[in-house]
Amino acid sequence: MKNLIAIISGLVFGIGLAASGMTDTTRVQGFLDIFGDWDGSLLFVLGGALATTLLTFRILLKRKAPLLAERFLLPIKTTIDKPLMIGAMIFGVGWALVGYCPGPAFAALAYLQWQTLLFVATMLAGAFVARKWSDRKALN
Amino acid sequence: MFEVLFSGVNFYYTLIGGFLIGLSATMLLLFNGRIAGVCGIAFGLFNQSVGDKLWRWLFLSGLVGGAILLHLLADLPDPSPSNASLPILISGGFLVGFGTQVGSGCTSGHGVCGISRFSNRSIISTLLFITFGVLSMLLFRHLMGII
Repeated sequence: MKNLIAIISGLVFGIGLAASGMTDTTRVQGFLDIFGDWDGSLLFVLGGALATTLLTFRILLKRKAPLLAERFLLPIKTTIDKPLMIGAMIFGVGWALVGYCPGPAFAALAYLQWQTLLFVATMLAGAFVARKWSDRKALN
Repeated sequence: MFEVLFSGVNFYYTLIGGFLIGLSATMLLLFNGRIAGVCGIAFGLFNQSVGDKLWRWLFLSGLVGGAILLHLLADLPDPSPSNASLPILISGGFLVGFGTQVGSGCTSGHGVCGISRFSNRSIISTLLFITFGVLSMLLFRHLMGII
């Protein structure tokens, strides 16, 4: 049942990403290009998503547990540390360079374009290197 | 201002797309107790200490399947491929993967789910990655002309 929920929510997420224009690198770059020919329409993606989750999360996180699992698996860290900030900055630079963030990059694999495949492969490599690097730092 | 926000036939798709992303995140949290953060879900696949991998594969397959479905059913053409050069594609991908792993999240995990939990970390992260995205466009497009 949990697996069924995973695939349905993945499908709904993928439909949302493709419908909203987040899988179109030209539009995403246009959204970030406020000093040029700005395309502000993608504000409504974040707006529409947040309008939903700000309301639903508030209600559902009052529950003791989710419907199909023993507990909510939420991030426990609350401190604003260097990795959080540096990681977000690096991510922002990469996001602007091509116009893909991770969700849309996966969804856009649907279009069978080699550019997306290469992006996803190097993205996974980047994440892999980052974990090796932080593991080593944790050991030292 | 109004024209910039509402331009194009895609406006309703844009808003409905946003609602669907919110709906998906709601489902995953309500039923499975999981945060719909795409990089967290994806990068967990390559982490040996993470045991439950099947649902991650299913969610990611759903992302691809959902995009296929949408373009089959709706009157929306596939977006044209990225026109980024090879070095830009490779470095962009690497920086997105590296940055989201180090920064514990991306647009979905921090930008949607985290802000909705009023997480300070996610609010800071979202402000930073949008600011750096905007500044990078200024630098790489308008000052250097490479994208």
